[in-house]
Amino acid sequence: MSNSNSHATGSPYAPQTAAETAAMLDAVGADDLESLFDVPESVAFDGEFGIDARSERAARREVAGLLGRNADLTEFLGRGHYDHYVPSVVDDLASRSEFLTSYTQYQPEVAQGFLQALFEFQSMLVELTGLGVANCSMYDDATALGEAATLSQRVRSVSGDQILVPEHLREGKRAVLSNYADGPDLTVESYPMTDGVVDVPALADQIGDATAMVYAESPTVRGVIEERLGAIGNLAHDHEALFCLGSDPIALSLLERPADVGADVVVGDAASLGTGTAYGFGLGMFVTREEYLRQVPGRLVGASEDAADRRAYTLTLQTREQHIRKERATSNICTNQAWVALRTAMHAAWLGPDGLVELAEDCVTRARDLADRLDDIVGVKAPIHGRHHFREFLARTDQPASAIVADLAAEGFAVHAVDDHLVQVCVTETTADATDEFVAAFREVAK
Amino acid sequence: MKYDQARWTDDSEDRYEPLLSEKASKTVDIEDSSLPDDLTRDNLSLPDPAEPELARHYTRLSQMNYGVESGPFPLGSCTMKYNPSFTEDVAARADAAIHPGRPDSTVQGTLALCHRLQDYLGRIGGMDAVTLQPPAGAAGEFTGIQIAKAYHEHNDDERSEVVIPDSAHGTNFATAAMAGYEVVELPSGDDGRVDIEALEAAVGDDTAALMLTNPNTLGLFERDIEHIADIVHDAGGLLYYDGANLNALLGRARPGDMGFDVMHYNVHKTFATPHGGGGPGAGPVGVREELAQFLPNPHVRERGGNYEHYEPDHSIGKVHGFYGNWPVLLKTFAYIARLGDEGLRDASAKAVLNANYLAEQIEYEVPFGPFHHEFVASAGEQDAADAAKRMLDYGVHPPTTKWPEIVDEALMTEPTEGETRRSLDQLAAAFNAVASDSDAELADAPSRPAAKRIDQATAARNPRLSWQALDDT
Repeated sequence: MSNSNSHATGSPYAPQTAAETAAMLDAVGADDLESLFDVPESVAFDGEFGIDARSERAARREVAGLLGRNADLTEFLGRGHYDHYVPSVVDDLASRSEFLTSYTQYQPEVAQGFLQALFEFQSMLVELTGLGVANCSMYDDATALGEAATLSQRVRSVSGDQILVPEHLREGKRAVLSNYADGPDLTVESYPMTDGVVDVPALADQIGDATAMVYAESPTVRGVIEERLGAIGNLAHDHEALFCLGSDPIALSLLERPADVGADVVVGDAASLGTGTAYGFGLGMFVTREEYLRQVPGRLVGASEDAADRRAYTLTLQTREQHIRKERATSNICTNQAWVALRTAMHAAWLGPDGLVELAEDCVTRARDLADRLDDIVGVKAPIHGRHHFREFLARTDQPASAIVADLAAEGFAVHAVDDHLVQVCVTETTADATDEFVAAFREVAK
Repeated sequence: MKYDQARWTDDSEDRYEPLLSEKASKTVDIEDSSLPDDLTRDNLSLPDPAEPELARHYTRLSQMNYGVESGPFPLGSCTMKYNPSFTEDVAARADAAIHPGRPDSTVQGTLALCHRLQDYLGRIGGMDAVTLQPPAGAAGEFTGIQIAKAYHEHNDDERSEVVIPDSAHGTNFATAAMAGYEVVELPSGDDGRVDIEALEAAVGDDTAALMLTNPNTLGLFERDIEHIADIVHDAGGLLYYDGANLNALLGRARPGDMGFDVMHYNVHKTFATPHGGGGPGAGPVGVREELAQFLPNPHVRERGGNYEHYEPDHSIGKVHGFYGNWPVLLKTFAYIARLGDEGLRDASAKAVLNANYLAEQIEYEVPFGPFHHEFVASAGEQDAADAAKRMLDYGVHPPTTKWPEIVDEALMTEPTEGETRRSLDQLAAAFNAVASDSDAELADAPSRPAAKRIDQATAARNPRLSWQALDDT
């Protein structure tokens, strides 16, 4: 192995010298390293993986070579994964090894820093939603939605196994929900939407005594700001169902407070703050009412006191969790997305309330402005829903959507194809500077 | 005096860092929005620190936190090994920061890397196909058990139970329940391993799978693994491998060769991606050829030099909204590429040597053996949780405590390959000092970290989970 450090063979991160290894083998009474493995001959592996070791520089070069095959595109993409500018200070502080290389805070006395940061994260979500309890994280928005569905079944006073979800829902999110619904035998059904928002009368017809949870999103996967959340919440509560709202922390900085529209659970992706595009890498937000506290999945940080009577933080209510409660746990989640939550809290604090509200306002106005500009193009209608939008919107194109996507890619831009003649366009501060070129390219490919 | 963590003076009232909300907070009224009033909230009240304050806040918090680079971290079952710095640079590359909504043709580099990582993991585990989508070990378990369920359903074979040894990770039990199975708990034999007679009694027509960790949580290799596999397979069940302890066996034995049908890899354990204060990790799942048709959607394959996503014929669907924890997978790839065959084998050898050496040096009783990557000592007459707090005073992170329950007052210890003989000697000295300390010294511990013993009972009895809740008290 080509190494830049002195350990010429083996793992560069196993620091024993050959002399130390020999002395340690002697101390444990073993002849050699192989004799330490208590593996029967019949299952022992005597082959090779065939993986060549690389120097650090070569490993980096190899990754660079591979990733260099990704096209260099300016992404006007959203649909659940968003690129917002992350300030350098977030990368810098989150990379401190005391944060990055620590783990679940089983010894809170030497983990006060991370616990406090997570407590602050929980508190920010409490402010954003108006609900009393936020956990430290789920994996992403889809798994958080799955957990909400199973929670709805556990907390409901009467039996019910129906989960109602909007017709406009990202396919991947719905597919994850279906897997979570499989074990507890929940059924997932769609209710209709009309002109981009929930068709409330149709939902009223569909909801029934078997409904355990109604899920709605604002903004929707199409970027539409839902207008009748309060009515949806009332319908759910009239049927003893939970109202679960999907959103994200930037949208929540400006849009109606979930508590004010009757939301019982808020889920969504919170990595839109703190982590830029990362191929779908997320941070599942899970916030709910205090009355469901003992049914919440995942880690919770609480305040307490130490022996010197000073405020201190600790993981709490762990009897809900798998390492204590085993098959009766509220979820199987153990490793979560704590470090992503740390980054989100840092980014939110860096922006402050003014910055968050301003960013959210920009999400509304940038989408509006870009839709207007695309609408001016012959062969394009945007937005197709006459609603308020957040970050993104649908456009109808005379050209097939697949051709628009391919032709724009050739010009260095990416958009979503949603249907035969529907494309979806998302704009944030990271692409705002490129809108002139984007509109010009769109004009060419829309002909 | 590593954990005094004093700021300016040790007894200062603000020895602790105030909450962000106590330092700088602001309420903003939502006015003049471009949205109608009925679509907006009234106001937003959040911390408002300037960047220099923010930097000091989080720097201070980091100083109140123990990580792998702070010192020995022998937390059993968690494999807290050193996380190579260069993998962070790899994951931070600008050309890795791509959107999941792009067409396959524009992400050939990412797909090629995923395909290569699938291949590497398959070789390491002896598995025919690997999905990278599960975002953590427990998510990998859920994926694997859903695959087992799909397999049985595909064969019109109704099965209702998952068998799990009593020494298994808690996630195994919770996963089986989440997937809708009844859990059959298997008592361990006197030697700490699977009791074959008990297994034969537990396994039958209702058995969908046996979930097993090998070496198990006591660090013991299940020497009867082939017999175990036969028992499960003869009953029509599948054998699931919990990869939490794979760091013990790299290049010495592979789950696929032992008869396992499905497995997950904990890349944050075995392949050194940082644990991030609780996550993110990643939990790729490997399967035998006949189970590949059930893998999550989409899967990555190569066709004529190009890479593409496709949906396996009888896919279980999705377990993550997009493609899993991509930055973590990048770090995994970089680590495996750096070590190669020789490095991976060496990592396991040194992890096992370190565990055996440490077990030999400490005065607490260490039942069972021979050990691999970890061992479980017994604190004996002492309370293991108190012993752990006392270890903090000696400057090391303690082991996992009170688990697995088959050892009284368990101290589950996994030093990993990342320690020198000298640091292991220091660790042993800490264990041995605690072993001879009095109950009173243990009960008062810790005294050296900034925070003294934290009252867990009050935290649970009177839950205060946000700064808003603190205002009420």
